[in-house]
Amino acid sequence: MKTVEDLKKLREQLQSQNRVRHNDGIQIIVGMGTCGIAAGAREIVTTVMDEIAKRKLENVTIQQTGCIGMCEKEVLVDVVRPGEPRITYGRVTPNAVVRIITDHVVNGRIVEEWVVGKIMP
Amino acid sequence: MNMRELALHVLDLVQNAIEAQANQITLEIKEDCTADLLTIQVLDNGHGMSADMVKDVLDPFVTTRITRRIGLGLPLLDMSTGRSGGYLDIQSEPGKGTKITAVYQYSHFDRPPLGDIAATVKTIIALNPELDFRYSHIVRNQVFSVTTSELLAILGDIPLTQPEVLEWLGDYLTVGIANLYGGEKFENC
Repeated sequence: MKTVEDLKKLREQLQSQNRVRHNDGIQIIVGMGTCGIAAGAREIVTTVMDEIAKRKLENVTIQQTGCIGMCEKEVLVDVVRPGEPRITYGRVTPNAVVRIITDHVVNGRIVEEWVVGKIMP
Repeated sequence: MNMRELALHVLDLVQNAIEAQANQITLEIKEDCTADLLTIQVLDNGHGMSADMVKDVLDPFVTTRITRRIGLGLPLLDMSTGRSGGYLDIQSEPGKGTKITAVYQYSHFDRPPLGDIAATVKTIIALNPELDFRYSHIVRNQVFSVTTSELLAILGDIPLTQPEVLEWLGDYLTVGIANLYGGEKFENC
């Protein structure tokens, strides 16, 4: 899956399956300020993208935010499930991302050991 | 705080441009072995900076941000170019945009490795699907380029953020960049 021709085939395949995504589901938000990037935010984004693709999570989107002033707790990752509290996870590692996705994003169980903030809906 | 790869500085520069409300960003990386130079240029159409701001921006205690009062991205890049026999150039005009050029002596002992440019470009496109982003990478006389507009022309109504599309993009970038160093025999300057 490496050439422009492959992308054209992929488009046809996706169109025929009618599997185009909508952005009304769960949001994963990664801190991408200088502090976040220096702490490893790119690997976190990459891991989130890989997990979304691997688990075929149709209703999960990944977004970014800048520096929010908690630089020492980067990489910060927020999970927003519609109608539930917004959870901020801190010092997130690629392994933590896998846990957060399986437990929280997929099954709705907050992973307490990395929580640094909670905002009620 | 340290950026282990130049690719992370690139990601940081692009984030600056996005925070400056740019919707068009061009990234050019040039590896010129003959002149022994590595040049990274990020050009954006964001809100730009005044001449005074450009003067201050390399001071780590100046930032446009309000949540944290210390900006470190550009001072870090300035230090990194300076100790690698290069320099950082900033051209900016309010209302027009900003052009940042980071130049390194390619063979310098202290030059950080370029790092995972494929992951950086994939991350930029995945997080900013609305952005008109152009990436071109030149190694000697080989060129590899990806623009979001050409991808969107192929994709039609399929979004760039579709997971299968991002998987394809990751592979396409990895192979394209690897080919830059393949082709003819590559001498590491």
